Order: sequence, then structure tokens, then C-alpha cells
Amino acid sequence: MTIASGQTAAAERVPALVEQFKGGLAAPICLTWEWTYACNLSCLHCLSSSGRRDPGELTTEQMRSVIDELQAMQVFYVNVGGGEPTVRPDFWELLDYAVACGVGVKFSTNGLRLDAERARRLAATDYVDVQVSLDGATADVNDAVRGDGSYAMALRAMQNLAEAGFENFKISVVMTRHNVPQLDEFAALADRFGAQLRITRLRPSGRGADVWPELHPTDSQQREIYSWLTDHGDQVLTGDSFFHLNALGGSPLPGLNLCGAGRVVCLIDPVGDVYACPFAIHDAFKAGTVRAPGGFARVWRSAPLFAELRTETSGGACRSCSEYSACQGGCMAAKFFTGLPLDGPDPECVKGHGASALAAVGGAPPRTETDHSHRGREVPLGMPSVRVPAKVRVPAKLCDSSPLAGTA
Amino acid sequence: MTTPFEPARGYRLNPAVALRPEPFGALAYHFGNRRLSFLKAPELVDLVRGLGSHHCVSDALAAVPDGRRDAYLRALASLAAADMIVPQQPRSEVA
Repeated sequence: MTIASGQTAAAERVPALVEQFKGGLAAPICLTWEWTYACNLSCLHCLSSSGRRDPGELTTEQMRSVIDELQAMQVFYVNVGGGEPTVRPDFWELLDYAVACGVGVKFSTNGLRLDAERARRLAATDYVDVQVSLDGATADVNDAVRGDGSYAMALRAMQNLAEAGFENFKISVVMTRHNVPQLDEFAALADRFGAQLRITRLRPSGRGADVWPELHPTDSQQREIYSWLTDHGDQVLTGDSFFHLNALGGSPLPGLNLCGAGRVVCLIDPVGDVYACPFAIHDAFKAGTVRAPGGFARVWRSAPLFAELRTETSGGACRSCSEYSACQGGCMAAKFFTGLPLDGPDPECVKGHGASALAAVGGAPPRTETDHSHRGREVPLGMPSVRVPAKVRVPAKLCDSSPLAGTA
Repeated sequence: MTTPFEPARGYRLNPAVALRPEPFGALAYHFGNRRLSFLKAPELVDLVRGLGSHHCVSDALAAVPDGRRDAYLRALASLAAADMIVPQQPRSEVA
């Protein structure tokens, strides 16, 4: 990201870009669009509690009209996820349509559909990027979170992409207590496949809420991540997700250092609901739906929730902290799903304010209401097996079967 | 590879770049290298859009108030470095 600005005398000075971003943009820069809740895996930390397709997911025609709208709004690229987006039978058709409309697609996948032939076709498609999810540099660490065989599947996909000549695809890692010691191994893996490493923060969203207490990095690991990023930051993508670590001082991590929710970021979920951020699938952060008159553009421009998010936050309890300007209070979703007030410290506040705030939380924190988890499937390997309480599960639905049934 | 920015030459918006109007100015997106740049003043956006109709950058800057000319020149240099604006006619030795 480069900033071209024209400023000389103080009188002509325009506010810093980050200040401008706080008021929101004409269209999102970083739009996550989840194409299905269906997934072949049952990752312990799935932030969208995916597994089973939702019968109300947008149809091919509805998806196309959203793409048309994004083109008109000049949203130049979208981050497509799920679920496992490639299990949609119309996935490749929609991908081609988006690219033809000038809406680039970066899609996240566990590697399921990336065989040699598909990898060759992707390598030949302009304007597509692939992000393979991997949460361990070794099979034991990865499969403990993502399920048996998922490491082999991801590596096979990466091998296919590399052999097809797809340069610079992304290997996307959610940092956990078990894989922080593997940072160098992840980097070596990325080098081996001619890929770029992307590391992001574990959020207590979706099923992630169940495992967050055991899996989120320890305080010393947070310092390890920060110093590793300081050393390697220019080669590693982070999706701006570690800005709360900037309170550790020294040199700030590259990025906006800002919660972009509703300002530069938002999420469209598989049924067309629009949320302020991909980590906040909850009614409290639902701004509207692309199905309503005016579509996505109207939600982005006029939703009262977004208007509220685009105003200056008070900073609350954090305002008196010397590091507030560095971390901006951290991640809204991380606070919300651990039961913390939004104007207080992040649960992983590096000054230690999160731990004491967490200890004071009374009652159960809010949960993602939409749960599409496969029933009765956990990934028990190496982790304490955690079940979502039965009371928050959604009732049986017509499509409660394997998302892969009937597809090749 | 981009060549050094030369205000004596004519430049234009790279055809691979789209400008999206924003409250602060515009967001520039390069479809080729997928980079984003931000044009932080509406006047700079007008300047960049009109660049192609001037035979050299200095000419395009003639209408800009003296106090701002250097700043806009720097902004244009950084846009050239990012391949957002390109020379109107590549010199033969460059091509």
C-alpha cells in the first residue's frame, strides 16, 4: 500500500489517512464474502461455525447480481471464503464471472478441489489468488485443529499449485498456542512452494469461542509473534490482525492500525446478510442484507450500525492507557465474544488489562447465533474435545447432509 | 520496471489503473500489480485525471498554486514509482 499525498504547509495539511478511514469509505477495500456454510472439515476454531449448507444461501443468479453491484461500486477484489467455498457447484462459474467483471477474487480453501488440472487452470487465470489454510507446519499440529488428513490435503493442493506455476499463492495460518513455535517452519514451507505466508489472529468467534481459552497464544508467545513480525514483517501478510500488539512498543507493525469494521471492512455471509466484520457474525453486528431493496450498496452507505462504527469511539477504560494510540483498544470481535465491553481492553491486551477484565466478566459471553456445525463431529486429536452446548444448535434442516453429497 | 520520474515528459494515468472517488480524494487500484494507492486530495485526483492532456508534467502543474506545486510533484513521483502513472510515449531505448 502506498500513500501519495500532497501536503506542505500546516495550513494545507490533510488529516492522516487512518483518520480519514475512520469516517468510512465509498466502498469497502477489504470485503470478505463467504459463499457457503458447507464445509468438508470441522475445524475446532471455525469463526463462522461452518459445516452444513444453509438452505437460504444465495442462488447463482443472486450471487451474480451481487458481483454486478460490486463492480459498479468499484470494489476491486473480494476475499471469498466459507465454509469451503469450492464445494458450491457453481464456484468456478462464479469465479470466472467475477474476474470477467473486474472483481478480483482471492479465495480461501482447505485444498479440497485443487487437483493438478484445476491448479493449472487457476495459474492461467488472471486476477485470482488462492489462500490455502494450514494451522500447523506439521501434520500433528495442523490435524489436531483442522481434522485428520487435512494437512495432507493442504500440502497436496500446495504442491499442485507450485507445479502449475502459480506463484505467490498464500499459505494462511491462524496462530495458536501450538503453532507459534513453528513460525520459522511456516516460512520455510512458504519458500518451498514459492508461496507467501499469511498469519492471522485466533478470534473467539464461532466455534473459536469454545477453544479460544486453550488455544490463544500466551503472553510470551504474543511477544514472540510481535518480534518475529518485526523481523519478517515485510515478507509476511497479517490482514492487519495483530495491531493490538503495537502496544508492546518499538516499531509499529505495518498496516493501518485500526479496527476496520464497517469502515474499510465488512462481511457478506452465505445467505446475504451483511456484518461489520468477518469475525463478528452476530445480530449485534448485522447491518442488513443484500436481498433488501438497494442491495449491498445501500447497506454499506446507509446502515445505522455502520454509521455508528464510523464515529469516533470513546476509548472508554482504555483512554487513560499510555498505549491507547498504539493499539486503539484492539479487536471489537475479540472483546465481544469474550464478554468484554467494546470500549474496554482487548482480551489479549499486552499490558495485562485484558486478563483482569476477563476475570471480572460475569455470566456467559454472547455466542454466534448461526451455527452450521456438523452434528456430532469433533476433531478430538490432541485437544480436549469440545462440544457446542445442544441448546444453541439450530434445528435439523433439509440439507443436513454432507455438503459433498452428489458432487464429484 | 519503472523509469525515473521526469517532469519534463508527458505522463498519463496507467490504463491498468482505476480511480475510485473517496471522501478524501480517490483510491487508485492497479489491476496489473494489484497495488492500492491513495490520492489524498481532490485537486490531486483532478490533476492525475487530466495529466494525459498535457504534453509535460510541468505544464499540467502550471495551474496549481505555487505553494502546492512541490507537494503535488512529489505525489506524482510516488505515483510514477508505483506505476500508477506512466510516460505517454515510452522512449525507444526504454521499450
